[in-house]
Amino acid sequence: MSIDLSQFHQVFFEESYEGLDAMEQGLLDMDMVSPDAEVINTIFRAAHSMKGGAGTFGFTQVAEFTHVLETLLDQIRSGQRAMSQDIQNLLLKSVDCIRQLLQDLQAGNDPDLTESTTLKGQFEEILSGQSPVPATADKSDAPVDDKKEEGGGGWLVRFIPEVTLLQTGNEPARMFRQLADLCDNEMQVSLDTSRLPVFTSLNPEECYLIWEIRIEKTINKEDIEEVFEWVTDDAEIIITPLDAGSAQAPVAETKVTAEQPKIEDVQAKPAGAANPVSTEKAAVKQPAKQQESSSIRVSIDKVDSLINMVGELVITQSMLGQLGQNFDITRVQRLQEGLAQLEHNTRELQESVMKIRMMPISFVFSRFPRLVRDVSISLDKKIDLIMSGENTELDKTVMEKIGDPMVHLIRNSIDHGIEKPADRVAAGKPETGTVHLNAYHQSGNIVIEIKDDGAGLNTDRILQKATEKGLVAEGANLTQEQIFDLIFQPGFSTADVVSDLSGRGVGMDVVRRNIASLNGSIEVSSERGRGSRFVIRLPLTLAILDGQLVKVGEEIYIFPLVSIVESIQLDDRAINNVGGHSDVLQLRDEYVPIVQLDDVFNIEKEKRSIAESIIVVVETDGEKIGVVVDELMGQQQVVIKSLEENYKRVDGISGATILGDGTVALIVDISGLSKMSGTSAKILDGSHKAA
Amino acid sequence: MSAVSEINEHSNMEDDVLTEQYLTFIMADEEYGVDILAVQEIRGWESATPVPNSPRYIKGVINLRGTIVPIMDLRQRFGLEIKEYGEETVVVVLKIFTSTGARTMGIIVDAISDVYDVPIGDAKNRGLGDNQNSNFIKGLVTVKKHMVILLELENLLTIDD
Repeated sequence: MSIDLSQFHQVFFEESYEGLDAMEQGLLDMDMVSPDAEVINTIFRAAHSMKGGAGTFGFTQVAEFTHVLETLLDQIRSGQRAMSQDIQNLLLKSVDCIRQLLQDLQAGNDPDLTESTTLKGQFEEILSGQSPVPATADKSDAPVDDKKEEGGGGWLVRFIPEVTLLQTGNEPARMFRQLADLCDNEMQVSLDTSRLPVFTSLNPEECYLIWEIRIEKTINKEDIEEVFEWVTDDAEIIITPLDAGSAQAPVAETKVTAEQPKIEDVQAKPAGAANPVSTEKAAVKQPAKQQESSSIRVSIDKVDSLINMVGELVITQSMLGQLGQNFDITRVQRLQEGLAQLEHNTRELQESVMKIRMMPISFVFSRFPRLVRDVSISLDKKIDLIMSGENTELDKTVMEKIGDPMVHLIRNSIDHGIEKPADRVAAGKPETGTVHLNAYHQSGNIVIEIKDDGAGLNTDRILQKATEKGLVAEGANLTQEQIFDLIFQPGFSTADVVSDLSGRGVGMDVVRRNIASLNGSIEVSSERGRGSRFVIRLPLTLAILDGQLVKVGEEIYIFPLVSIVESIQLDDRAINNVGGHSDVLQLRDEYVPIVQLDDVFNIEKEKRSIAESIIVVVETDGEKIGVVVDELMGQQQVVIKSLEENYKRVDGISGATILGDGTVALIVDISGLSKMSGTSAKILDGSHKAA
Repeated sequence: MSAVSEINEHSNMEDDVLTEQYLTFIMADEEYGVDILAVQEIRGWESATPVPNSPRYIKGVINLRGTIVPIMDLRQRFGLEIKEYGEETVVVVLKIFTSTGARTMGIIVDAISDVYDVPIGDAKNRGLGDNQNSNFIKGLVTVKKHMVILLELENLLTIDD
């Protein structure tokens, strides 16, 4: 029986990553003095199933490494060893190491074993050296304890599985293969068919065979036990030393002499043949693995509600179908009802389908406790991380992209924000600083706050630095918000010492760009000596957008509703002309540059006067521009489609969508539009001084 | 047989000669061929949504069962005179696989002509100078005594301005 195990690799990797996360979480939560038994058990179980899985799929590097890890954990679990800071550090390092090994394996590369070998050495040192109880006595409850080291002449293993063995998903051939590897093929397997029923009453799903395996090599009994570890409940396994059991062995052998050669052949083949096949597969697999398919876990509730909704949709559809078969005008009422029902169904269906992609933000948050711990230790700072709103859901794509910017912001908070303990005490603040992570939903957006109670942004130094770097003119008079905004400028960094964490001047501009590419925004507020607060706003999903339809000439364009400040109709006098070229609009107490959409997009149409047009005031990156369009149409949710996929990036356009009548409308990229209009920035600077 | 070889339509092919099939269409009285495996579908011309600041030969984008597909006017791409779109005007939707992934695009042509078998390697590209369109042409073959221009789709459908 050969099953292509590689099809389960993806599942194994995902489960292992989850296991690693659980281990990390547990280790970080652990109370050194009196560790919670349940937490240790969780960690142990995660390590254990990872080891089993890795063994099954032939990832021996991982299996061997997790094995020593597991041994140590087992001692802690059974109270033979106390948890210590050193052990915690070592275990955390191993989690990283295993993650790296898995990532290498997943990418189809040969994993780098230097790290794991070093760590393994450290584990073994702990296990052998300072152990109060010798590590080998670990399983002292094993009955043949004193004979353990005596497998000098080899072992005789009698493997009597329950008939249900195969139904529990265990595969004897795999275990024999593993045994063969253990003893370098120096073993003989003989088969006892005495349990076989007559052919007519044979159930092919049951296992009637009994095996006897003669291992003619000196190996540890524990290693043999480990091979059968997964089936101890489903089988009787008798392991006897070969010399001691030599009296029995011939008996057993004579019983099956006739069968033996045949069985050996059979057994030898899979053992020999399976290996080349699997390596071959691995080789073939490699290129394909590059484009790894990602998957998500969806709670069964979401799937059930989806199924219910599809059921309702089918009912509505058949109802409408029936109505259509012999339709006359008197039944218009019912048709309208049916269509309303259909609309309701589809909307609900759309919402539930969207929800499938939604995952709690705790997936991102969970990596931060570790980060904060590591960074604060390396910087000698004391920091508490408080997290709230971990169950706030957001789209998986958004989540994948928000992780790195957040890491950056949190590192910044710790590195630049929170002061050294001594400085904090001097400033009359508690020695331990706090970083607060919060997430919540607000009007169709997800808001993520990163707040610290550190020193706050030093406006003087930011301004000084920006002047040095030529980002602002000497003696410029900027508002507090404008100064804060400078930290997002490319090439800006205020750290006096360039640490490996931050201060290289790349970062905040990248953070802002990443967030902007998700249609989100980032704001900062800060108070000297009290701390700073970064607020990230992101759309819940990238696939749908609330849009305002506008008409220019014959074309319909869509503006993202979030960026629209207001839409106004004005007479010509409200427009001033600057330098004979650019127009600005006086909007209450500020001047807003005007962009003619038909000019920027080269749309052919009859010119209208401003008085006949509508000005949509939009805001992007804190700048306002007024976009002149012909007509405002409805507002609707639109599904964003890629224009780049088959065409190319178009300046000022972020994507396309399909309208109710099946035609395509383009979605305007507001920040791109503002850049295209070109003049906006210059005029805005001027306007700020005027205002 | 000289630089340009004679091909018979469909039949009479030597069994051991590997052939490729080409869909041909007419444009300005010349016959052009595209690899039939790249052809997704053939549809009538319907208006497209113009894309701002795109080359003149891109007429816009259409909704092809939920995918946004750009439409190119092949006459304008080749610098031929512009012709009003009429009843016979068709859009050939092509899908090609490039290093950056699959790409679907429609080309507007005057009319569809025929399907021919062309032996692999038979297309000749001799005597074509280095003019602006030679990039788009894979070679010339002769079918039933007249010339068919085979198009190089990857270059044709790559738009850089």
